[in-house]
Amino acid sequence: MHELSIISSVVDTVTESVASYPGARVVEVRLRVGALASVVEDSLQFCYGIATEGTVLEGSRLVVNVVPVVMHCAGCGQDVEMAGLQSFRCPQCGEPCFDLRQGRELEIDAIEIEEADEVTA
Amino acid sequence: MTTRIVELRRGILKKNDELAAGLRASYGAAGVLVLNLVSSPGTGKTAFLEWTLTEMRKRGARVAALVGDLETDNDARRLAASGAPVRQIKTHGICHLDAEMVGKHLADWQGVELAGLDYLFIENVGNLVCPSSYDLGEAIRVVLLSVTEGEDKPLKYPTMFNSADAAVITKMDLAVPCGFDRFAALKNINEIRPGMRIFETSVKSGIGLEEWLGYLGEQRKERS
Repeated sequence: MHELSIISSVVDTVTESVASYPGARVVEVRLRVGALASVVEDSLQFCYGIATEGTVLEGSRLVVNVVPVVMHCAGCGQDVEMAGLQSFRCPQCGEPCFDLRQGRELEIDAIEIEEADEVTA
Repeated sequence: MTTRIVELRRGILKKNDELAAGLRASYGAAGVLVLNLVSSPGTGKTAFLEWTLTEMRKRGARVAALVGDLETDNDARRLAASGAPVRQIKTHGICHLDAEMVGKHLADWQGVELAGLDYLFIENVGNLVCPSSYDLGEAIRVVLLSVTEGEDKPLKYPTMFNSADAAVITKMDLAVPCGFDRFAALKNINEIRPGMRIFETSVKSGIGLEEWLGYLGEQRKERS
């Protein structure tokens, strides 16, 4: 439900960044979204279409890369990837894991832009 | 046309996170313990907070509350009956509180200074999804769950339960008529947030409330 505010913030940041490339068109925006970030990709995509209208991002693709949850297992002494979000136990030894190392990310990774070639007179 | 990849690596909620870090520093400097209360609508956050504010004031603690809702100041009026300073934050349709709203309402809160408080409670908008993404600078995030909601709430909303520091089960006086499976609820909370402190409470019967107040006192002492 807060996907629209998230996308609006993405549009603002990308618009600001593209300003340093005059005449450039945004082709793709890549996000990194943690499995524990509480956002839904379908909803992000839906809001993206609306929020980008009339901006330099209009017509661009939104790519959402999901970052899996990684916790540190004190028992095994290593970082382990959680199989899902229904149990926060080490998949190897079954011990409960308390220490989250990855999975709450919500960031703009990169953008792909097309620049107009310079025309020399 | 030339294609170029521009690496941004920018947090989308960076602005909120920066504001929250500023708030956290100001709470720390003022020596006030700040708690963010989150739950679904109807869990009983307001009733639980009404009891907490009233009881803590009786025991001499300096308490205040900020309360978020989409519309109305009904909750603020209910909470103000405790005698504690209470301020409503109307979000006008936004489904969560953010650090900017909290900061603004603290900055121009007439007659209330952080340094004059021992505890500040922030009652978030009733929603188990969106508030989990917005840090308000709180020391402790408390997730509430009522016996009428079903034992599997933690499994359905793992992001919220995993980000919380303590859980409060409310309306325990209704556990039997509702057929509430206490062991399943405790097990589910523990699967999502192993080792989280859990309080089983009822403001009607009084069960679990002393333990809750004891926890608040301990936390304040530990963190100051």
